This record gives sequence, C-alpha cells and structure tokens, in this order.
Amino acid sequence: MQRTSDQASDTKRWGAGALVFAALAMVGGMSNAYVISLLTIVLLFTFLGQSWNLMLGIGGQLSIGHALFVGIGAYAVAILNIKYGVTPWIGLLLGAVIAGFVGAVLAWLSFRFEVRGIYFALLTIAAAEFARIMFGGWDYVGGMQGLFYQAPSGTMDLGMLRGDARFYYFVALALAAIGVAGTELISRSYWGYVWRAMRDDDEAARALGVRTFRHKVLVVSISAATAAIGGGVLGLVQGAIFPDSIMGMAISVDVLIGPVVGGLGTAFGPLVGSMAAIPLHHAMGALGDSLGLPGLNSVAYGAVLILVVWFLPDGIWPAIVRLYGAIQLPARGRISQLRKAEE
Amino acid sequence: MLSLWLNVIAGGVLIGLVYGLVALGLTIIFGVMRVVNFAHGEMVVFGIYIGYWTVRIWDVPIFLAAAVAAVVMFVFGYLLETLVVKRFVNRPHHYQFIVFIGLSLLFSGVLLMSFGPDPRPTASQLSFQTVSVGPLTLDWARIQAAATAGLLIAALGAYLKYSAFGRSLRGAANNRLGGLVVGLNIPRVYAVTFGIGAACAGVAGALISPLFDAQPYLAVDFTLLAFVTVIVGGLGSFGGALLGGLTIGVAEAIAALMFTPSMKTALPYALLIIILILRPRGFFGAKDI
Repeated sequence: MQRTSDQASDTKRWGAGALVFAALAMVGGMSNAYVISLLTIVLLFTFLGQSWNLMLGIGGQLSIGHALFVGIGAYAVAILNIKYGVTPWIGLLLGAVIAGFVGAVLAWLSFRFEVRGIYFALLTIAAAEFARIMFGGWDYVGGMQGLFYQAPSGTMDLGMLRGDARFYYFVALALAAIGVAGTELISRSYWGYVWRAMRDDDEAARALGVRTFRHKVLVVSISAATAAIGGGVLGLVQGAIFPDSIMGMAISVDVLIGPVVGGLGTAFGPLVGSMAAIPLHHAMGALGDSLGLPGLNSVAYGAVLILVVWFLPDGIWPAIVRLYGAIQLPARGRISQLRKAEE
Repeated sequence: MLSLWLNVIAGGVLIGLVYGLVALGLTIIFGVMRVVNFAHGEMVVFGIYIGYWTVRIWDVPIFLAAAVAAVVMFVFGYLLETLVVKRFVNRPHHYQFIVFIGLSLLFSGVLLMSFGPDPRPTASQLSFQTVSVGPLTLDWARIQAAATAGLLIAALGAYLKYSAFGRSLRGAANNRLGGLVVGLNIPRVYAVTFGIGAACAGVAGALISPLFDAQPYLAVDFTLLAFVTVIVGGLGSFGGALLGGLTIGVAEAIAALMFTPSMKTALPYALLIIILILRPRGFFGAKDI
C-alpha cells in the first residue's frame, strides 16, 4: 500500500518536472532576445546552484569559493579552444577533471587536518581569491586582460558547441534539467543517504560505519567538477572571461543565491530561487542605472538573502510545497480517520 | 640595502598594527558571539568615509576623526545587533554566514549609492610628510595611525581584562550558559560586543583614510584581509589578532619588495592556506568552533 502511493507520488514529481522543462523549452522557442539571454543565465545558475546545493544542502560542507571551480572550467574550455582549436566538449571534460581534482585535494587537505565548518568555508574563499590573483598575473592565460572567444555570428555547430543566443538557451536548459534530475537521483541513491547522514551528524554516521572522510572528499570533488562544467558553458555564453569576472567573489555569491532563496537540499529549489532572484537582480540593476543609483541591485540581493533566511529559512520551494500540502491535508486527514475507524 | 629592508619592515609593522585593530574587531565578535562578521570590510570602508568627511569638513587631526568614527560605528554596530544579528545568533553556521553575506551586499550597495564607484583621493598634507629616525624614513600618516591603533588595542585589552563589563564579556565568551546562570545580561553583552567590533573596524578605517583612496570596492579586500589576519592569529584570540596583523603587514611589505605587486595581494591568501592546513586553529585559536 505504502509502496504504490510512493510510486504514484514519484510519477507525479517526475511528470511535474518534465512539464516545467517542456514549458521552458517552449518559452525558449518563442521569446525575444532579452528574455532568452536572461533565462539562459537563470538556467546556468540553476545548474551551478545545484552543484553548490549538492555540497551544502546534501553534503553539509559550506563553500564560499565556488568561483574557483567555475573559473577552472571556463579557463579550460577557453584555453583549449583558443590556443589549440580543441572542441569545448573536451574542454568541459578536462575542466571537470581538473576542478574535481582541485576540489578533492582541497577537501582532503582540510578534512584530514580537521579544518571544518567556518574554517573550511574560509579556506574555500582563500583558495578562490588566491587563484584569481594568480590567474591575473599569469600571461599564458591572458592575465588581467582576459581571453576573448566570441563565436563568429551565424555559426551553429553542436560539435564545437557554438551557436547563437537561442542555441545556448537550449544548452543551458539541458544542463538545468540534468542538474535537477541528477540532484533528485543522487539524493535518493546510497550516496545521498550517506551524505545526508554525515551532514546531520558526523559522529553518528561514523558510528554506523560510514567513512565520512572519504565521502566528504567525494561530495566536494563531484560538486567542483559539476561547477566547472557550468563555468565552461558560462564562459562560452559570455564569449570573454577575466579573472575578476569569472573567479571573483561575486560569482561565488551568485552561485549560492539560487539554492538559498529557493530551498537548500531540494531538487527544485535552485531553479525556483534563480527564477526569483536573478530577474530581480537585473531589474534592480536597470532601475538603479536609470535612477543613477549604481548599488541598487546589490542592496536588493542583500535584502533578499537576509529576508529569506529570516522568514523562510528553508527557502521558497519548501514553503510552496507546505502550502500545497496544507490545501490537500483535509482530504488525507479524513482518509486516515477512516482507516482508524476501520481498525 | 639594509636600511631599505629596515624601512620596509618598519612600514609593515606600522600598517600591521592597523590591520591588527581591524582583526581585533572581527575576533571579539567571533569570540563572544561565535558569528563571523562577513560585513567587516564594509564597516572599515564606512570608517574610511567617516574619516574622509570629518577631515574635509572640520579639518581636524586624524585621531579626532578616528574618535568620531568610533562613536558612530559603535552606535551602528549596537543597533545592527539588536535589530538584525540577534535573530540569527542561535542559527546554524551556514545560515549566519549567508545572512552576513547579505548584510555585506546590502552595505556595499548603500556605499555605492551614496558615494558612487569613483575613488576619492584623500591625500592631504599629512600623506606626504615623513619623519626620519636614524636610518628609517617613515610616513607621518602611518606613524599616527599605528600609534593610535596601538594605544587603542592596549586600552581595549586593559578594559576587557580589568573592568566589570570586560569580565562579563569574557565570561559570556567562555561559557554562554554559565553566564546566563550567574545572571549576565547576555543580550546586552552581545550588543555591546558587536558595537565594539564595529567601532574597531570603523576606527581602523578612519586611521587609514589618508593612505587609501576612499572607494566602496575596497570592502571585499578588507573583509578578506581581516579573515586572513584573524585565522593566522587564531579566531577568537586577542593576542592572536595583533600578532596576525603584524605578520600580515610585514609579510605584505616584504612580498611587495621581493616580488611583483600582484604577489603582495596574493601572499596573505597563500599564507592563510598554509596556516589553515598546518595549524588549523591559528597561533592561539579557540579550541572549538
């Protein structure tokens, strides 16, 4: 009995997800250039948010230096493409491998020496800032002048991952769908249960025989690798990368806004949060420009973060789910009362 | 050559004292309340603007500008704690961190709105005066800043050690529950602590206003610098913050002399990574996070 109802709600969840992404695909087919470019960023940051969400929402490790992995991905794609003419597909793969390795080393070093919690978060910031400054002073990767690899207009080549804004919209849509489905699958897999166990109580998980150290390294490494893939595509969409723009603190903050606003540890949260926060950021930026107040978008982001943690600490998406559940609850309540009466 | 090195190291020590004051603010807040003030750099920049405007309008010496910054920023920190931070003190660490990232975005946005993105050169007569002592030639502005910072650090240390309030503050830092049991007014201790922390940042900002062009974007650098300093010394340790400040100040000065200027900015982070890996709690860090 329980099992069939689980399966039914499963089908419902996947069906709802498929519907949302089908609707987004239709939006991509119809909208104008501005909406397309805005939604591309929203979807890319949905994917990046999923990667960050995996690490904190499921694995329990706070990173405020995800820009490091985003930057590694973007630079791997750009350098292979510009200097050696290699397709971005290889670049994405290589970037993911390098970032996964860097993430694993960072996690290994810090968790080995019991650097945890706040200290680990600060270590990620330091690593990202160190890399940003190093890349700025490294001529091979273009230094502070950055790298330019804008696609020539009119190209449309899936093999080289090059195309117009609409093409990248669908690339980002595919990534976001993979991110949402992947989070859902991982969080129900063996790893998902292990990671949540060590997130909630490290010692209890160890007492049950989970090698939490390995799993922490693993979750950081996977999160880093996926962030690099998102970063590689982000660089392609922008057509130019600079250490300050792709590895700066601003990227690390942008990455975490979607999942925090939408709902930590949930599969849909990063999508909902990015949908809510990024258009707001752009609108406030435009409003600020027209009013001559350049910091308005930053104020809006800050206020949203504080208010969400204050009033909706689980994020928007769980609140929506609760609301929906509350509407349905009376019916369910009746059924369970009936059952009790039968017994 | 020797005198060049001596000059560089002396300059590093002087600026290191100011870094120490910035870090002290961060470490006091962390030590007592166990929250990491991610908006600390913004508070330093508030101090820089306060210093800039006070000196420009009233043409007072820099230590008076620092006094103004201390009062304004203490009130600011006190109010911020009672209105906002208080609600998050007992939340998990990552929520606190995110709230402070929000505050930092909010403040830097307000700074941008109020003063615009362009740097304001604050160079005054003071910035160019030098003093010669033996082989040393030192900025007068740096000497004043370092002397004021040093005096303040000493005064704050004595206050925390000997005054009744200082004792209750240290009690709250050691054992919050115990403090509640013996009847400490914990909410008030927290608010005052946050005020003191903000005042440290503000004073340090006002003191260095003749040395740095006032600019909103400086905030991130100062936040990270304060983190690095505090971690090097050990989060929550008074002496550690001072030692960390001096270490970073001298290391930066030497790096700027030996390597390229970009190495100067990268060095603190490299130092932080090394220290976190070799000695995660810093020189005198708190046992527990």
